[in-house]
Amino acid sequence: MARSRTRSAGSLIGSLIGAAGAIALLVLAPWWLLLAAVLLLALWTVATRIGRQAWSVTEVGLATIPQRLGAASVVVVGIAGVVAVLVALLAMAAGFEAALMESGTDDTAIVMRAGAQTEINSVLDHDSATVVAEAPQVLRNAQGQPIASAELVVVAALPKKSSGLDANVEVRGIGERAWSLRPGVRIIDGRKFGSGLRELIVGKGAHGQFAGVDIGSTLKLNGQAWTVVGVFDSGDAHNSELWADTDVVAATYRRGSSTTAVTVRLTGADAFDAFKAALTSDPRLTVDVKTTRAYYTDQSASLAKLIRILGVTIAAIMAIGAVFGALNTMYAAVATRSREIATLRAIGFRGLPVIASVLYETMLLALLGGALGAILTWIVFNHYTVSTLGQNFTQVVFAFQVSPPVLWIGLRWALAIGLIGGLFPALRAARQPVTAGLREL
Amino acid sequence: MKYLQLVWSAMFRRKTRTVFTLLSVLAAFLLFGLLDSVRSAFANAASSVAGVDRLVTVSKISFTMSLPKSLLSGIAALPGVAKVTYANWFGGIYQDPKDFFANEAVADNYFDLYPEWQLSQAERTAFHNTRTGAVVGESLARKYNWKLGDKIPLQATIFPQKSGANTWTFDLVGIYRVSNPKQKSQEAIFFFNWDYFDEARAFGNGNVGWYITQVSDRTLAQQVADAVDSLSVNSDHETKTQTEQAFNAAFVSQYGDIGLIVGAIMGAVFFTLILLTGNTMAQAVRERVPELAVLKTIGFSNHSVLVLLLVESVLLIVLGGAIGLLLAGVVVDAVRAAVGEAVPMTRVGAAIWLRGVGLMVLIGLIVGALPARRGMRLRIVDALAGR
Repeated sequence: MARSRTRSAGSLIGSLIGAAGAIALLVLAPWWLLLAAVLLLALWTVATRIGRQAWSVTEVGLATIPQRLGAASVVVVGIAGVVAVLVALLAMAAGFEAALMESGTDDTAIVMRAGAQTEINSVLDHDSATVVAEAPQVLRNAQGQPIASAELVVVAALPKKSSGLDANVEVRGIGERAWSLRPGVRIIDGRKFGSGLRELIVGKGAHGQFAGVDIGSTLKLNGQAWTVVGVFDSGDAHNSELWADTDVVAATYRRGSSTTAVTVRLTGADAFDAFKAALTSDPRLTVDVKTTRAYYTDQSASLAKLIRILGVTIAAIMAIGAVFGALNTMYAAVATRSREIATLRAIGFRGLPVIASVLYETMLLALLGGALGAILTWIVFNHYTVSTLGQNFTQVVFAFQVSPPVLWIGLRWALAIGLIGGLFPALRAARQPVTAGLREL
Repeated sequence: MKYLQLVWSAMFRRKTRTVFTLLSVLAAFLLFGLLDSVRSAFANAASSVAGVDRLVTVSKISFTMSLPKSLLSGIAALPGVAKVTYANWFGGIYQDPKDFFANEAVADNYFDLYPEWQLSQAERTAFHNTRTGAVVGESLARKYNWKLGDKIPLQATIFPQKSGANTWTFDLVGIYRVSNPKQKSQEAIFFFNWDYFDEARAFGNGNVGWYITQVSDRTLAQQVADAVDSLSVNSDHETKTQTEQAFNAAFVSQYGDIGLIVGAIMGAVFFTLILLTGNTMAQAVRERVPELAVLKTIGFSNHSVLVLLLVESVLLIVLGGAIGLLLAGVVVDAVRAAVGEAVPMTRVGAAIWLRGVGLMVLIGLIVGALPARRGMRLRIVDALAGR
């Protein structure tokens, strides 16, 4: 008696360790390792006797699912809920990060006043901006002019479509050189603003989020009427902005000839260190120099991390609930089939096919739930556009990215929940004494 | 009440299943407690009742633009204005840019308009008399372990000094407290003297970021707001004046619709929970059909069987849910102790419990409805015969 108790305690600990290992494999392993595991499993099922037995027992189990649809749907829906919430929040973090990260590259650099951290805080006078643009590491165009854009970022309050309340939007005054600095920017509707005119073009994201910025409409900035003449798509965080002629923005906001920051295209990513060293040691300047990639990474890192932590925490708590739901269902399933399982054991089936069949069944239900949750999130949230307050005190517009890596994480979680939910009922099914099972009504 | 024993033993008829179900319910309400705490924190920030007699005047273009200080006398002279003060955003950084807190240069009388920020008379005088003096909220002081008399350096992000220096050093002369737990997040602000700031900054001198006006009678708020805005109409510095409450609501809404996000997540959680516990209750009733028939045989009416089953399902949810909310309270307190009271989570207090218990009872009734109806409609003969 004492010995059998030790043995069952030992096997419980063994199965716990096995489960922990399998979950770690599911959540952390690279895809090729998982694929190899699935292939091995398939091979085992097809090639070995025990494997074939396991599959035939599973088929019997699956055939009884229609009779216990309610219980089976607990597993499916419970896991679908976890996966949907996890995927949605991870897609939100990925979308926010992508919007800002796309804006940065290693071969463009942004120069701001020392200590400013963000463009909106920075001021550079005209002379400093010229000194920066003339640095030898700045790439020059065919006419020999430096590809450097001294830009003036100011803020305007516009009503958001969703709430009707005023939110801040970034207005960027740009010069002619900005277009060659950012060759990816396209006008998708209307035309560019005219030089020296009070005309604006609006980013695709801002166009979707704010009211009253359609082409032809008039905005009041500092008491002066501006006309929207075009919509542009930059594919990055600039889509949250309104663009206009620097000189006209400066006149409207009484900023004289000063700008907020200078962005330059370097001769190459390797020129950055020399560029930074040259500017920071120049006695005429007190500036901070960053690659635009570093600048935008700093802006997105903390919020994206926060959303990810929240997503994983919320999904983990939901997963606990789903695990217990799955356990209930599978214990009940094993209990109703106890006679059948005992019969199989009596006619010579070993424990392993029984364990495998219960696990197969749970994992299939889990996979179904995971796929359901993932597809649902994909349909509802992919490219769903929202905006939040960024580091510049202005709205950053971004779209959820329900990408394959995010969906993949969701499916892994689904399988891990299924594994825990199925393992313990499976072990009980295999351990049940044959005689007791046969006697049960 | 006398049947509680009966309901209790019926509930734990299958211990494992009930315990697993309770744990699922617990997880759901733990999540509810945490998310509702966050949601309430944002909702409170948007609607502090104390701000209804205060108006905020900012530049019409955006609150990041400054206004001339010359507006002050004009506003003060308007009828219905009791007090007026002004301030400027500083946005300095202490040690780590990621660890940001609000810091503002404020006029001498700023604290007069905020009686809910408790600052002793001696500390007020010290703030008045110390050019480089600073006053901080208690939560913030505790977080950085600041004591009165400490020198605190801030790195300017917007305003370097005339001398070219980027570091501003302040002397801590006062610590204020906010007793209303809903406004505890306001204890995380760092204030210093506007006069010092304006003298020493390299540019922008003579401009202020915003004006705060206290109206003598809150019914006059809209009238005074319009009068303030008309002072600068058609000038190059037009203003927008609204109650502090409206201003805060607009600011919080810039982060996004927190209520909607929380609502969507909780919708998914509770939908799953209803299905899960509904299944458990259905199983429980199915197994007990003969027992229910016996109950009816010995004289329980259809109605009392219905009530017994409904009580059982409500009790199941309330038991698991209450433990979940208790746990949420512990977690929230732990987070607040670790991160500081400025974290956007309110304590799990009466309001959250009220909403939580309401939801528990509602879900319990929804979940129990179908199984209980089945129990009520059982015919003794059929049930005993196992048909």
